[in-house]
Amino acid sequence: MENNHSIYVKNLTRYYGAIAAIKNVSFNVNRGEVVGFLGPNGAGKSTTMRILSGLLPASSGSAWVSGTSVAQNPKEVKRRIGFMPENNPLPDDMRVVEYLRYRGRLKEVPGRKLRASVEEVMEVCDLARTARRKIIGTLSKGFRQRVGIADALLGDPEVIIMDEPTIGLDPHQIQGIRKLIDSLRGRLTVVLSSHILPEIERSCDRVIIINRGRVVASGTSAELREEFLPGQRFEIDTSADKAALLTAFSAKQIEASILDQREADSGRTIYNIRADGNGGLGPQLIDALTQADSSTLHSLAPKEPNLEEIFLAATKRSWEETIESKPTANMVKAEKAAEATDA
Amino acid sequence: MRHFFILLKHELRMLMINPATYIAAVLFLCLMGYLFWAILRGMVNTPEDVAPAVRFLKVFWIPVLFVVPLLTMRSIAGERNDGTLGTLMTTPASRASIILSKFAGAYIFYMALWLMTLSFPKIAVEFFPQTAVGSGLLATSSTLGSIFFLALSGVLFISIGIFASSITRSQLVAGMFSFTALFLVIVGGQQLSNIANSGADLAAWTQSLVNYFQVFEHLDDFSRGIVDTRPFFYYLSLGGLLLGLSTLIIEAKA
Repeated sequence: MENNHSIYVKNLTRYYGAIAAIKNVSFNVNRGEVVGFLGPNGAGKSTTMRILSGLLPASSGSAWVSGTSVAQNPKEVKRRIGFMPENNPLPDDMRVVEYLRYRGRLKEVPGRKLRASVEEVMEVCDLARTARRKIIGTLSKGFRQRVGIADALLGDPEVIIMDEPTIGLDPHQIQGIRKLIDSLRGRLTVVLSSHILPEIERSCDRVIIINRGRVVASGTSAELREEFLPGQRFEIDTSADKAALLTAFSAKQIEASILDQREADSGRTIYNIRADGNGGLGPQLIDALTQADSSTLHSLAPKEPNLEEIFLAATKRSWEETIESKPTANMVKAEKAAEATDA
Repeated sequence: MRHFFILLKHELRMLMINPATYIAAVLFLCLMGYLFWAILRGMVNTPEDVAPAVRFLKVFWIPVLFVVPLLTMRSIAGERNDGTLGTLMTTPASRASIILSKFAGAYIFYMALWLMTLSFPKIAVEFFPQTAVGSGLLATSSTLGSIFFLALSGVLFISIGIFASSITRSQLVAGMFSFTALFLVIVGGQQLSNIANSGADLAAWTQSLVNYFQVFEHLDDFSRGIVDTRPFFYYLSLGGLLLGLSTLIIEAKA
């Protein structure tokens, strides 16, 4: 494995009885990267994270964290990882500071550094002044999540893995957690899973989409957009009907198709269109639509597909390919990349 | 080993701050106090050769059947249900140290409860100094032997509780399983002996095997000062086996 990879996973498979929760999952995460793990329920996100944190053994395949094999040396991997499991279970009877000190001792923080380490993570997670002596059972959901993240940060881990860190939080709390993750960028490798796609898009440098136990896409939002939803998208508000619109496009030799349309006020219609080509299409479209007979262009706006649309496209494609029992394009790509790395 | 002590300290601390601990302790001491009083009253009417303290410790099975499940049912099952067992296992602490700390925490509390019952004869001597001397309330050697038996058998009983707690995430199921298993070990051994004695001409090895499981016989031997190695092997090996199985179970069911 390459040294700049903080996490390196190859052909990881885990069976629960006869059912494969994940099958031949391969990906890697570079040092200092913030990576989002996306997938529908039951896709295998939590299983992958639990294997990486040494909680669960894999049925086959291999995983390395900071150059250490998870299967061969799980204890060492646990020293290098800070893991926050889904639902963030915490003991309700303990005070925040007591709990963090206890976890620090378990994570082998040296006695003379323990107090300072706990203070540091409480400061980072904004717990030092507000919740220091509070009993965990009385804390709000947001503060509980902060305690979980503070726990994951204890012991100077190289990698932080967080399973659904923002589940059940209100928008203010989500923003707070996002700022916290941003503050870790570059210092630590962060892997987080979430269902809230805009949050992943804003927080993460890269996204790995997993569906039915397989990695179906991996890359930055722009790369995924290019792969799954190529071309340019525009939202056009016009009085022209569908036929007139297509005629106007063909008159200017613009290859465009209408994705969907909805009726607006005063006989206007809002169309979402996809056009082939890269950049510079906006002026051509305006030109085509203003020259069209008996129609008025009210507005035209470029529209970038968001992660939700990419996610839906990627998972839909993987479903179709799974039904056809063919490996997905990304699986082939991932396998080739892994082979190249080995070579 | 370092993790074991950290976890044990945490276990004891959690026991100390948990109100259920104090409720269990008060119930235990009330019940045992009542039993001690009942034994003393019985002895007033019908004098016996056995010291009251020994007679008292012979009813050890009554509190064991409810205190051990109460003490141990939460240890693993509750933590698994809350999810805190998972977070514990993401630390470098080994599975064995987790199980041993749970065992040691419950065992220390169990023995502390029994040691507190030693104050009963003292209290009786304080209140009835004349009667007490004559009836041999403070039969030190027999009492020490019995306590030694309780310490030894406690290893197995607490291990049963920990094992029961490790196989499920429901505290209720763990408690019921633990109660049944303890009942079988304590009362079942006695019944096995009754069945064996009622039958004719058992082979010598069968007889010795039946005796091997006689918990009450072991108590009698210890209270008379007979220290046999067979009960040591029985309680420690079976206790160790159950703790080992619990370690494997939490690893498999993480």
